Amino acid sequence: MSVRHDESGPAVAPATGAAARPPAGASDRPAAAPRRRRPRRWLADVCALLVAVVVAFPLYWMVLSALRPRAELEAGDATPFTLSPSLDSFERVVLVDGFGRYLVNSLLVAGAVVVLSTLCAFLAAVALTRYRFRTRSTLLVMVLVAQMVPIEALTIPLFFLLRNIGGAVPALGLNHLGSLIIVHMAFSIPFAIWMLRGFVAAVPQSVEEAAKLDGASSFTFVRRILFPLVAPGVAACSIFSFITTWNDFLFAKTFIISAQENQTLPIAILTFFKPDENDWGGIMAGSVLMTIPVLIFFVIVQRHLISGLGGAVKG
Amino acid sequence: MGRPAAATRPGRRRGRFEHWFYLSPALVVLAALLVYPLYQLVLVSLYDYRQAQVSGAQPLRFIGFDNYATLLGDPRFWGVLGNTVVFAAACVVGTLLVGGALAVLATRLRPWVRTVLFLTALGAWATPAVTGSAVWLFLFDPTLGLVNQVLVGVGLEGFAGHSWTYEKWSAFGLVGAEVIWCSFPFVMVTLYAGITSIPEEVVEAARLDGASTLRIAHSIMLPMLRPVLAIVTIQSIIWDFKIFTQIYIMTGGGGISGQNMVLNVYGYQQAFAASQYGLGSAIGVITSLLLLAITLVYLRALRRNGEVL
Repeated sequence: MSVRHDESGPAVAPATGAAARPPAGASDRPAAAPRRRRPRRWLADVCALLVAVVVAFPLYWMVLSALRPRAELEAGDATPFTLSPSLDSFERVVLVDGFGRYLVNSLLVAGAVVVLSTLCAFLAAVALTRYRFRTRSTLLVMVLVAQMVPIEALTIPLFFLLRNIGGAVPALGLNHLGSLIIVHMAFSIPFAIWMLRGFVAAVPQSVEEAAKLDGASSFTFVRRILFPLVAPGVAACSIFSFITTWNDFLFAKTFIISAQENQTLPIAILTFFKPDENDWGGIMAGSVLMTIPVLIFFVIVQRHLISGLGGAVKG
Repeated sequence: MGRPAAATRPGRRRGRFEHWFYLSPALVVLAALLVYPLYQLVLVSLYDYRQAQVSGAQPLRFIGFDNYATLLGDPRFWGVLGNTVVFAAACVVGTLLVGGALAVLATRLRPWVRTVLFLTALGAWATPAVTGSAVWLFLFDPTLGLVNQVLVGVGLEGFAGHSWTYEKWSAFGLVGAEVIWCSFPFVMVTLYAGITSIPEEVVEAARLDGASTLRIAHSIMLPMLRPVLAIVTIQSIIWDFKIFTQIYIMTGGGGISGQNMVLNVYGYQQAFAASQYGLGSAIGVITSLLLLAITLVYLRALRRNGEVL
């Protein structure tokens, strides 16, 4: 593996590397330094590529195993490629096991949670950063503490609470997607508030004053000016709520007990695990289907990711 | 546009309660689905609450701290607590070491190599715990798994059909590897952002003054990175302390005869498998208190770094 990288390195590096490097390092360093540093730099690059291969390998193996024909899988074929890729596993998963239904369920829950929790958190962040009131610090500490609440521990009271809510509003009770939505909202909001706080605070007071002078009401300012300005933060915190919701296993397992048509992806994948004989093709195909939306989401927002984290970190 | 003078006054007065208008949606949701369940959790932990009480066959009985007494007197609970602490600590240390080393490495890479590294890390980060666990389990499958086949191919015949989840610490190790794999990217990306945000002039000035690379790392980078490091560490501790999905899936609900139980899984099994809701809640309360203690350390670390709430 490393040999191949050594060969492909020089071919690609001059094109991208030469264009991007000079402004970063070479310009402010004496001409002799880069030459002396080169071997070390090579070593770093090779190490990083090896790490990248190791990190990416499980994902590669997942896709590969999903595409392997069943016979090859059952024989435990360990070749790192397949000559006859097939979509059988995907077909089996989607057509026989109704994976499409679970995919839609998962998307519905995650989408609703992202929109609703980000909205609530944004409004709360506005109140907590742009207004001074007596309980502000207390609320902020509580928001922080709320993030630390071990959600798994709350499964027991939530189970009974949702059972009672279900008596009044069935759509929000056990066995319905609504139960997952409201529960995940509650768990996404504290972190989202914490994260958005930094972004909202970063918008200068003068912008607000200018808007007020132009006759904008406080709510108009929040909606038309503040919200677009903190969009990167919104993107960053929506990643987190999307991913925690999409990945959730515990609540989906506990709250959707008997309504199979309302199950979400993680549980569907779990049903492929069988005591003696796992259907690895199905498990891997399901895993690919479950991972792809998250990957797409990550790629869309990755530009905001670091700046978003920076905002959260700097507070 | 003759409004300003008139508009600001009532605006101010209205502003006294305006923040509650913005806060209310979040507060309602949090109060109903976070605060109230938390209160219920504590309450249930003080009751004898089992299947009979849920179905109404037997009346609820207040038993004070009996559930806690049962737990604290149970060697099994202490075993689970020990597992949790050791497992979480190992995961945190592993994640920080891998993430930190790669963040430093990333600053010395060609842009395209860095992009490749970050993209693969992003992939691992994005992988859901369920699918990550499934893939790792498949890689380490006794008969069909790639790892055993490679090991046998290399000449280690003993690994033919070797089960990685049979022995307690081997199972924990496997879960831990998966956890580090999917959580190091957060540490790496955050620390990398922290390192690159250190002004170049500061490092350059130190270098001109003759400081060695090690000295720069120790005396300049580390102090400037401390706030970020504190956050990353505490965040990792909290995450790794609460791990549930990976353990549940990879060890099949807590391992052979529950050898791989951590607090969360133990509490869940007590409640939903054994119908000991009171006991399960008590475990939840203890877990929450432990995490609360960690949170307070977090807060103090932030305060010490001059962070204002």
